[in-house]
Amino acid sequence: MAFYLPIAEMSANLLVLLAMGAAVGFLSGMFGVGGGFLITPLLIFYNIPPAVAVATGANQIVASSVSGVLSHIKRKGVDFKLGTVLLLGGVAGSMVGIWIYTKLLAMGQLDLIISVLYVVFLGAVGGLMLNESLRAMRRAKAGTPQSLRRPGQHNWVHKLPFKMRFKQSRLYVSVIPVLLLGAVIGMLASIMGVGGGFIMVPAMIYLLKVPTNVVIGTSLFQIIFVAAFTTVVQAVTNQTVDVVLALLLMIGGVAGAQYGAKVGQRMRGDQLRALLALLVLAVALRLGYALFVAPDDLYTLGPAALS
Amino acid sequence: MMRLLLTTYVVLGALWAVPAVAQESAPAAPAAVEAPAEPLPPPPVAVEPQRLPERIEIGLSKETVEITSNFSGEALTIFGAVDNADPLIQRQGRYDIFLILEGPTADLVARRKGRVFGVWMTVENQPFDNLPLSYLIASTRLPQDITNLNALARLSLGVGQIRIQPDRDKPQSPQLDEFIAQVRALKERTGLYAEFTSGVRFVSQSLFRAELRLPTNVPLGNHRARAYLFRSGELVAQTEAPLRIAKAGLEFQISAFARNQSLAYGLLSVLAAFVIGWLGRILFRRD
Repeated sequence: MAFYLPIAEMSANLLVLLAMGAAVGFLSGMFGVGGGFLITPLLIFYNIPPAVAVATGANQIVASSVSGVLSHIKRKGVDFKLGTVLLLGGVAGSMVGIWIYTKLLAMGQLDLIISVLYVVFLGAVGGLMLNESLRAMRRAKAGTPQSLRRPGQHNWVHKLPFKMRFKQSRLYVSVIPVLLLGAVIGMLASIMGVGGGFIMVPAMIYLLKVPTNVVIGTSLFQIIFVAAFTTVVQAVTNQTVDVVLALLLMIGGVAGAQYGAKVGQRMRGDQLRALLALLVLAVALRLGYALFVAPDDLYTLGPAALS
Repeated sequence: MMRLLLTTYVVLGALWAVPAVAQESAPAAPAAVEAPAEPLPPPPVAVEPQRLPERIEIGLSKETVEITSNFSGEALTIFGAVDNADPLIQRQGRYDIFLILEGPTADLVARRKGRVFGVWMTVENQPFDNLPLSYLIASTRLPQDITNLNALARLSLGVGQIRIQPDRDKPQSPQLDEFIAQVRALKERTGLYAEFTSGVRFVSQSLFRAELRLPTNVPLGNHRARAYLFRSGELVAQTEAPLRIAKAGLEFQISAFARNQSLAYGLLSVLAAFVIGWLGRILFRRD
């Protein structure tokens, strides 16, 4: 069933888009990530112009994150204070990101940079998570108590000044790394069209040592606003948000997310992290492979550089 | 735009009116005056009444092609007529017609990807000025069978004859010719530059129909239909008419909204996302 997308200016299959949204929504509900790192590459594989895919992906993430965060609020899995501090950094970062995005678009290197960022970050995050989760699984098998959070154990992050107490997360930590983390993720998010959950979740677990049960909710909470901000700014500066495409993805996505969340709750944390890591690595490999394969068309035509 | 429309209407109007009058008055005074202007070979047998010069006219079935949510390309038929056609030449099939539907133009940048340390990235840019975004041409026969290359090039008849001009203000690539060839090939692959040889057919002595196929990705905006009439390889008449291709209905409103009130559009997109997220939670909750 062909459906015309007014901003992407092309016809796409309605069922494919709904299914794409549902599949990504399912995974996002299961792993507590916005799913942007999946939806944006999927849209690009589906021949949606990358600029539209990035901006529209951000809009879709808002919906799936709202849907996800509501179920986490019910379980008291959201640290609003920590989320707000992350958000402040995130908004600043995404302003920088959109400025870079516009420059890259004019230079004609946007596609390359988006792909490289995906490969680097997905590869690193996926590798780290896989390594950690496999060790946790091995420990669980050996019978040693598994806990990511070992009280009294501090890393360099905890030696910085301007400390702040985050009750819900049982955390007393400097605001500098929190703001910085928010800013870096906000910047990447706006360039890559992702909410940044796949970086935020491991960073909160491993860097800030936030307890796993509040990580997902808090990450989703701040992603809502970063993605919403990115959507609005993209709509204003680049006019690349395709609301019809976004709505179709959202409808599939929110349905999938609730089912995914249910499945996710039944699984063990280390298994869940290992699976997420494999998924992230698979996307990284696919995108990395594409960088080295000769493109179908060596020549492309695009709008004249804004100068 | 307005002027173009107006002139076309005036011309078309005049053309419709002319034939009826012309046929009756053909052997009368005006024809005699025009006689020396047309160097015809001396008639072998009886004196043939002098003919008025041929004219070509086209009528578009609609002025606007509307693109809606289920648009997946569309066949476009354009009817036209040849007035004052010489029946002898007509019977011998020596009248030929080109019909071109040319899209709006834009300044575009062609980019060439190359390998840098094994990774494929953009290595060269070549800006072009006023590149036609689409160009569909139908003709009665192969263009090179109709007339000589000079005429084809002068009127830019045929995909190979589309004028692709580099931006004069920017540095030019040393491989400009290759860039131009590739731009043409790219447009051909996407169906935006296409030739429909024998897409024009005479349906009667003077009426003809041209069939073109608008591709899925046809550019929006003001297109121009041009028609050329050739007699034995010589251009004898030409005409043109505008055609607008526009998004219709909701699609049009959405894209206009996104362009004109981008902030409100962005905010509404986000609001829709919140509502759908919340509804999704209520409708599909599984805990």
